[in-house]
Amino acid sequence: MKETAMTKRLIFLAALTGLVLLPAAVFAQKNSCLECHRGLDAELKAPAVGFAGDVHQEFGLSCKDCHGGNPAQDDVDKAKDKTFKGAPKRAAIPELCASCHADAAYMRRFNPSLRVDQLSQYATSRHGQLLKKGDAKVAVCTDCHGVHGIQTAKYPKSQTFPWNIPQTCARCHSDAAYMKPYGIPTDQMAKYKESVHAAALFDKKDMSAPTCNSCHGNHGAVPPDVKSIGSVCRQCHPSTGDLFAKGPHKKAFDDMGLSECEACHGNHKIVPPTTAMLGTADGSVCLQCHDKGSKGYAAAGELRTLFDGFESRVAANAAVLDVAEKKGVEVSDPVYKLKDVNTVLVSAKNLVHGLSLPDIKKKLAEGDSTLTDVEKAGQNALDEAKFRRKGLIIATFFLALFGVALFFKIRSMHKAG
Amino acid sequence: MNRFARNIYAYLDERFKFEGLIAYSKHKKVPEHEYSFWYYFGGISLFLAGIQIATGIMLLLYYTPSIDAAHESVQFIMSSVKFGWLIRSVHSWTANILIGILFVHMFSTFFLKAYRKPRELTWITGFFLLVLFMAFGFSGYLLPWNELSYFATRVGTDIAGSLPLIGPWLKTVILGGPSVSQATLSRFFWFHVALLPLAAFFLMAIHVLLVQTLGMSVPIKIKDKTHKEISFFPDFIYKDALGWTLILVLIGVVCVFLPWEVGKKADPFTATPLGIKPEWYFTFMFTTLKLVPGHVLFFEGEQLVILAIMVGAVIWLLAPYLDRKAARDKPSPFFTWLGIAILLYIIVLTVLTYAVPRIGQ
Repeated sequence: MKETAMTKRLIFLAALTGLVLLPAAVFAQKNSCLECHRGLDAELKAPAVGFAGDVHQEFGLSCKDCHGGNPAQDDVDKAKDKTFKGAPKRAAIPELCASCHADAAYMRRFNPSLRVDQLSQYATSRHGQLLKKGDAKVAVCTDCHGVHGIQTAKYPKSQTFPWNIPQTCARCHSDAAYMKPYGIPTDQMAKYKESVHAAALFDKKDMSAPTCNSCHGNHGAVPPDVKSIGSVCRQCHPSTGDLFAKGPHKKAFDDMGLSECEACHGNHKIVPPTTAMLGTADGSVCLQCHDKGSKGYAAAGELRTLFDGFESRVAANAAVLDVAEKKGVEVSDPVYKLKDVNTVLVSAKNLVHGLSLPDIKKKLAEGDSTLTDVEKAGQNALDEAKFRRKGLIIATFFLALFGVALFFKIRSMHKAG
Repeated sequence: MNRFARNIYAYLDERFKFEGLIAYSKHKKVPEHEYSFWYYFGGISLFLAGIQIATGIMLLLYYTPSIDAAHESVQFIMSSVKFGWLIRSVHSWTANILIGILFVHMFSTFFLKAYRKPRELTWITGFFLLVLFMAFGFSGYLLPWNELSYFATRVGTDIAGSLPLIGPWLKTVILGGPSVSQATLSRFFWFHVALLPLAAFFLMAIHVLLVQTLGMSVPIKIKDKTHKEISFFPDFIYKDALGWTLILVLIGVVCVFLPWEVGKKADPFTATPLGIKPEWYFTFMFTTLKLVPGHVLFFEGEQLVILAIMVGAVIWLLAPYLDRKAARDKPSPFFTWLGIAILLYIIVLTVLTYAVPRIGQ
């Protein structure tokens, strides 16, 4: 009787264990590709290792989805059955990726918000056009996104994460030998690194700072033409673009066939704009078009004088506040006000794109009264520092006098026994 | 003294019996010998504590204990209140000088074995006064609500939170919640201006009363030699006053040339700045925590250090009872060497904290 009960219990336990393990056995799909490749040498092992961190693997895709074959088979010959495609040719990669990525219904299952127009965009890109002509050296999907370890652009280690993009593009575009047949410069990366945009991206870790794809596009990457540069820059600098469009330069630039922003600011090496860009001295971009004696030449000189005067006042005040701060006077309030003045200055500099002298003067006048307050506060702070030192000297004098008197009193008491 | 002043004095004397007090002070003698210099640190500590009370009361007039206004109110004191910069700088600098002087006072008392019978309670009250003034420093440090003080408090209370058994509870009690917040500022303020001053006043009263009742101790080494005695008033007080004057000049100089900074307003959402450390008088304990490995045998390194510091503090507190030789007026070299070792440890660890900022990382 006892044995029967025990047997029943054991059967029940075995059934329960089976029930728990059954789903695991069903879902643990065999992948002989990975098993085999993990045991191979470096080049053949890499796909298996890299795929462990691949976004496709996360969504349940496996080797056969790109390469075909039957990963359920242990035997190499059986695994590489008639469906096996092997490594796709470079030229075929965009089509291969697009077989899923251009299929809206299929992609919706994994990420409904992901775009599905990468292939059509690629076809419009310089890379895509050259590939179509049979140049397999140009970038295809795997050159930018990687292969067997593809991560979405959200991951900082991804090749398409904002601060990795310049390096991703530079792998080909900075390689002089590789780019030689195309006859285009290879100093874009070097120039970009010196730009204000690179400083924002790399130093401030500002993910919204523009990288290569912000101006050239990503899948449809082409150099923006002269007419579209202004629109490209307006994506981030809309007010500057509006001012420029309303100003006299717009028509002149269009007539001369000049690109808008690029003509003065350059392209890859866009450095922080300074007042030195204005005026009639060396380094002024105005001199590119305005000859001595022209109306524009005079206006450039006037603008420079206006900004130089304002900026020198700002600098002088900053220096005074710095001295006062070093002397120990609390000047955070005027320092804060000076930041407001700087904001006015930046706005006034932006107005240069509209070239309306009255508007610029009006804007600078807004900062004038604050600057006067700061000047006053700076002077007060210096006076306060002097007052404190004088006070210390006087107080120390009286304390020393008191100390000396005490000393003599103590000595006389000692003498008196 | 003119007639009016004489009348006022006579009126007050009749009621407060000044004459008796003056007679007692004149009658009271203070031994004078080669080690007398160290006596004056007690008087200087008392003088600095007085400055702290006076400047603290003045600061209360403008300080606002709220996380939205604390930093701004300190900035206002430093920039807009007439002599606010001086009052606040004197308060902050004096707090640090006072703790330094208290350490000197404590170690000189220890090395001169002035704690020996019957002055055990003077030593014990003195020890607790040092702990109280360090608590004053810890609580006062947070009040300006600046970045350094905010994160130093977070680090400090995290250490308290790692204590075995009572750690999490203690941390919650100190912070008034799970993290440094308005509740923390409120209770640190309450601690700094209400509870601690009351406790310190009470302990100082006992300490001074004991000093007055028992008189100054004479070191064992020269106990049997004949030495001079001076009257407590005015001779000793004059000398004390000379020390106070010198320290006042020092405070004036540092306050004018290095006014205590306001710092950046605390932002709880920013990452802890690199190299954050507590006030200098806590750094020897802080660096010890950094140097000890995470696990020592079966113990958590941090808990072991805290436990060792607590045991060390109790031994230090009970020195008058443990040092049996000194109690019998006999030299006790073991305790002298123990004191030297502890003093060297504190100095070396404090210097290392500043000289090697990445120590233990």
